[in-house]
Amino acid sequence: MVRDTWVLFRHGVGVTLRQKAGIVFGAVQPLLFLVLFGPIFATFGTWETLVPGLIIQLGLMSTGMAGFGVVFEKRFGVLERMRVTPASRLALLLGRVLNNTLTLVLQLALLLAVAFALGLRAPVAGLAAGVALVLVLGASLAALSYAIALTIDEHLFAPVMSTAVVPLVLLSGSFLPMSMAPGWLDAISHVSPFRYVLEALRDLFGGHYLTGTVGLGVAVTAALAVVGLAVGTRVFNRENA
Amino acid sequence: MISTSGLSKTFGGGVEAVKGVDISVGPGEIAGFLGPNGAGKTTTMRMLTTLLRPTAGSATVAGRDLLGDAREVRRRIGYVSQSSGTSPGVPLKGELELQGMLYGLSRRESAARTREAVERLGLSGLEGKPAAALSGGQRRRFDIAFALLHDPVLLFLDEPTTGLDPQSRANLWGHIRSLRDEQGMTVFLTTHYLDEADALCDRILIIDHGRIVAEGAPAELKTGGRTLDDVFLDITGRSLREEAGV
Repeated sequence: MVRDTWVLFRHGVGVTLRQKAGIVFGAVQPLLFLVLFGPIFATFGTWETLVPGLIIQLGLMSTGMAGFGVVFEKRFGVLERMRVTPASRLALLLGRVLNNTLTLVLQLALLLAVAFALGLRAPVAGLAAGVALVLVLGASLAALSYAIALTIDEHLFAPVMSTAVVPLVLLSGSFLPMSMAPGWLDAISHVSPFRYVLEALRDLFGGHYLTGTVGLGVAVTAALAVVGLAVGTRVFNRENA
Repeated sequence: MISTSGLSKTFGGGVEAVKGVDISVGPGEIAGFLGPNGAGKTTTMRMLTTLLRPTAGSATVAGRDLLGDAREVRRRIGYVSQSSGTSPGVPLKGELELQGMLYGLSRRESAARTREAVERLGLSGLEGKPAAALSGGQRRRFDIAFALLHDPVLLFLDEPTTGLDPQSRANLWGHIRSLRDEQGMTVFLTTHYLDEADALCDRILIIDHGRIVAEGAPAELKTGGRTLDDVFLDITGRSLREEAGV
């Protein structure tokens, strides 16, 4: 299974790297917020508060839409052609998820480089821990995205997912912290798991590592990883996927 | 090579697509699996190729138990589905090499096997192109190349010649025959073209309403001076089958 995952990952990376514009395009919205909204935010807030929000936005948009590719692979019979090989079905999922995670790494590097140029100053340890957390989150979301793509009507996937991402981003407090929100909105936002990850990222970028907020963010990410991989595996093992 | 006993598939909604099918195909046979739309052809084929789990019955495919040893069955069979298996815009060579590696070949072996398969099907020089740049016949031969990389002993072809011009069909028949004659491969194919079944197959199985309704060599079935078309219509009736293929 490890070998098949690796084979699929390497193949996927080759395909992804041939479409460099796709990598940049996937990161373009958070980059626009960073460049065209960040300087306003920086007049009253810090880059260390804003950038984690844009990272969550990036993670949701980039890996949340991962399933879009498999919609076409299913339609053209590519997935079925791979499903008659002895390769494990879990490898068919993980190879793709790892490729999406690598794409996210490249996009994060781009976003963080621009953020640094604009004035972000976060400690290396905090950055590294934050990026690690986001990659686990991204992998879980990619797995979930594949599960959704193979479950709902293929024509609905793009509109449903691109719409769902917006409230999830807003409710996590990506652009302005939820501490500024009225009570009812703050209450609703606790439903979004991404709020907890985002607040953990803000602590990490601020150099506060051993806080309850970080602990909660890590716990929520771990829970999402378990759910994402369990659901993804289940769907990929299903006979009609 | 294929032996099933009471193989059945009832779908979630209670639709009994296949109702206790007993099939026996010997090594080196080219067997034609015929039936009107919705008769259970593709469902049966998807069960035999491990893509669908039967709800009842058992089968041995390429010497392995279909239910207990699906992975070993997959190693030994090749499957070409009705609907091709390539994204139109992706160059085929890389996809073929990936497919070979998913069958456990090393990168180098897979590249060599890809070259051989492409050459044997008369496709050399085209493997760098995407499927969208090829003719229907070329695309279909590439679909078969995908299924040959690991030297299967048994090849499943679901409507391999649908939509092809007469030249491409004749060409494909030649390739299918040579796989059997030169490599002793067993071939199990579905088709709606009865002249094709007549010309190509050693034995024909006709399925209707989920059951095998006739079986035999083309010559055995064509009794009383009838064509295979007449035989088929006499057995399965002349009413139109409006339901989509299951």
